[in-house]
Amino acid sequence: MSNTPSDLYYAATHEWARLDEDGLVTVGITDHAQESLGDLVFVETPELDKAVEAGDACAVVESVKAASDIYAPVGGQIVDANARLQDEPELVNSDPYGEGWIMRIRPDDPDDIERLMRADDYEHMIEQEEEG
Amino acid sequence: MRDDPLIFDQSQPGRRALAQAPLHAPAVDDIPDELLRREPPGLPEVSELQVVRHYTRLSQKNFSIDTQFYPLGSCTMKYNPRGSNALAMLPGFLDRHPWAPELHSQGVMACLYELQEILARVTGMAGVSLTPMAGAQGEFAGVAMIRAYHEARGDRARTEILVPDAAHGTNPATAVMCGYTVHEIPTGADGDVDLEALRQALGPQTAGIMLTNPSTLGVFERRITEMARLVHEAGGLLYYDGANLNAILGKVRPGDMGFDVIHMNLHKTFSTPHGGGGPGSGAIGVGERLLPYMPVPVVAKEADSYRWLTEADLPRSIGRLSAFMGNIGVVLRAYVYARMLGREGMARVAEFATLNANYLMHRLRDAGFQVWFRDRRASHEFIISLKREQKELGVSAMDFAKRLLDYGFHAPTTYFPLLVPECLLIEPTETETQEELDGFVEAMVSIREEAARDPDYVRGAPYTLPVRRLDEVRAAKRLDLKWTPPGAGDGETEA
Repeated sequence: MSNTPSDLYYAATHEWARLDEDGLVTVGITDHAQESLGDLVFVETPELDKAVEAGDACAVVESVKAASDIYAPVGGQIVDANARLQDEPELVNSDPYGEGWIMRIRPDDPDDIERLMRADDYEHMIEQEEEG
Repeated sequence: MRDDPLIFDQSQPGRRALAQAPLHAPAVDDIPDELLRREPPGLPEVSELQVVRHYTRLSQKNFSIDTQFYPLGSCTMKYNPRGSNALAMLPGFLDRHPWAPELHSQGVMACLYELQEILARVTGMAGVSLTPMAGAQGEFAGVAMIRAYHEARGDRARTEILVPDAAHGTNPATAVMCGYTVHEIPTGADGDVDLEALRQALGPQTAGIMLTNPSTLGVFERRITEMARLVHEAGGLLYYDGANLNAILGKVRPGDMGFDVIHMNLHKTFSTPHGGGGPGSGAIGVGERLLPYMPVPVVAKEADSYRWLTEADLPRSIGRLSAFMGNIGVVLRAYVYARMLGREGMARVAEFATLNANYLMHRLRDAGFQVWFRDRRASHEFIISLKREQKELGVSAMDFAKRLLDYGFHAPTTYFPLLVPECLLIEPTETETQEELDGFVEAMVSIREEAARDPDYVRGAPYTLPVRRLDEVRAAKRLDLKWTPPGAGDGETEA
C-alpha cells in the first residue's frame, strides 16, 4: 500500500501540494504515482517565473513505462524547480514527498489549496480507480 | 543458447570472401578530392561462411509473425502473405528507376491508381495520397492539411487540437509537431469519450480532434456521429487515426462517421511486414474539403493513361514527404493484398479479427482474468488488467509478459493504454487459428499457477532467451548504440 501523508493536499492527477510557512506551495507527485510509473529516467522541470493556472501542464516525468504530464495543482507563478532531478530523477521514486519534490509555486490565492483533496479522499479515489 | 559475438569481434586482418569482391573497381573520378576517404572504413574482415552463419543465427533469434503468435495490441501483427511479396518483387516493379518517365511507368502507376481508388472506397473518402512513408508521417500530413485548410480560409485563431486520453499515443506528438497545443478529453467509465467534456472544450480555438475508432481501449466509440456534428459545428475538422482500421475494414467507413481526414497504416491493415522501425506506409485519405491540400505526387487517370499530379496540379498541396512515391515496395504489397481480398474479403478481415479478439477475451475471462470493459464487446483488441495478480501474488503485467516469451509467445502490449493499471493490450488478429489462441490462454493460466507456487521464479523470467531481464533505467538513460573497438571506452551515450 502506498504512503499518503495526512498533512498534504492531493490533486486527482496524482500531484501532492503543501502550503509552506513562506507562503509558497511545494508540489511533487504522490507515492502512488511514482509506484505506478515505475523507475523514472527523466524529469522535465517547469520553466521558472511562468504564470500557471490550476490544471495547466507544466512539467513532465518519464519512466521506463510512460511519459506523464505534471499539472499545477494551484494557480500562481512558478518560482523554483528541483534542479537535482536533472541528474537524479530517481529521487522522485525514493523520496516522493521529500527530496523528490518537483516545483514551488507562489499561489495567486493561498486558499486555493483548500480545493484539493485531503489524504483520505485521495486514497478513496485510488481504490475506486483500481477497481475499474 | 550461446551468446554470439558481434561480427566485428570475429574480424581477423586479411580475411575476406573473395567470391564477393568485384572484379573491376568502378572508375570514380568525379568526386571532389576533399570528400574522398583517406583510410578504408573499419569493416569486419570475415569469411563468407562466417557471414552466412552470423546472420542466419541472428535471424533465428527473432520473434516474428513467421515464427510465433504476436498479439501486440494496437500493432496488428498479422500474417504477411508470401504472394504479396512475390508479386511486388516482379522485375518490372523491382527494376524500374524512380526517374523513369510516365510513358514507361504506366503499369506501376495503374497499380497505384487502383490502390488509391480501393482505399478511398473502403474508407469512404474522396481522395487518397500514398506518399507518406510511415504512420507518423501520415499523421503529420493529416494534421498539416487541417492547418493548411484553416489558414487558407484566414481562420488563424484555431490553435488547439483535441485529443481524447484514449487516443493513439502518437497523436499529441503529431499535433505539437504541427504547431498546435493539445487539449486532452477524458474518457467516461464505459470507455466512450466524455461527451460533456468534449462540448465544453470546443470553441473558436478548436482546429480539430484526433480520434482512433475503435479506441485504444479496444471499444467502438458509439456516439461518433454526434461527436462529428459537435466538432463540425464548432468549425473544427476530424482526424481519424487508422491504427485500428483492421477492426472495421469493409464494415464501417470513417468517411460515413464524419471524418475529414484519415491515415491508414498499410503496413498494419494491409499486411506488409512491419516492426523494428519500418519500412512503413501511412497513406492518407481526405474528404472533399481537403482534396486541394493532399501531399504529392498522386496518380491521376486521364482517358486510358496515368500521370503524376504534382505541385502544378495541386498548388495548395502541403508538399512532398519523400523524394519519390513513398515506400513503393510496401505500397505495391498492399495493392496485391487488397486485390487478393476483394471487397468481400475486406469485411472478413474485420469479422475474423473481431471474432478472434472476442473469443480470446471470453476464454481469458472464464479463466479468471480481469477483462477491463467487461460489459463491452471487444473490437479487434481488448484489455486485461493484472492488478489482482500483482496484489495477491506479487507478479506484475511485466512479469507475465516476460514469462510469456519462455512459452514461445510474443508479449502483448504492456502498460498501454496508460488509463488501465497493470494492463495487457491483446490483439490476436484474424490470421490466428483457434488452437493458437487456446495455447495462449493455457500459457496465461500456467504462468498464474507458477506465480502462486513461486513468484520469484516468474519475476526472474525469461529463462530461455539469449538476453534475460534488462536494466531498463540504464537502457533508457545510457544508450549503447555503436560498437567501439576494444580499449576505446564503453560505447555508451548519455541519452
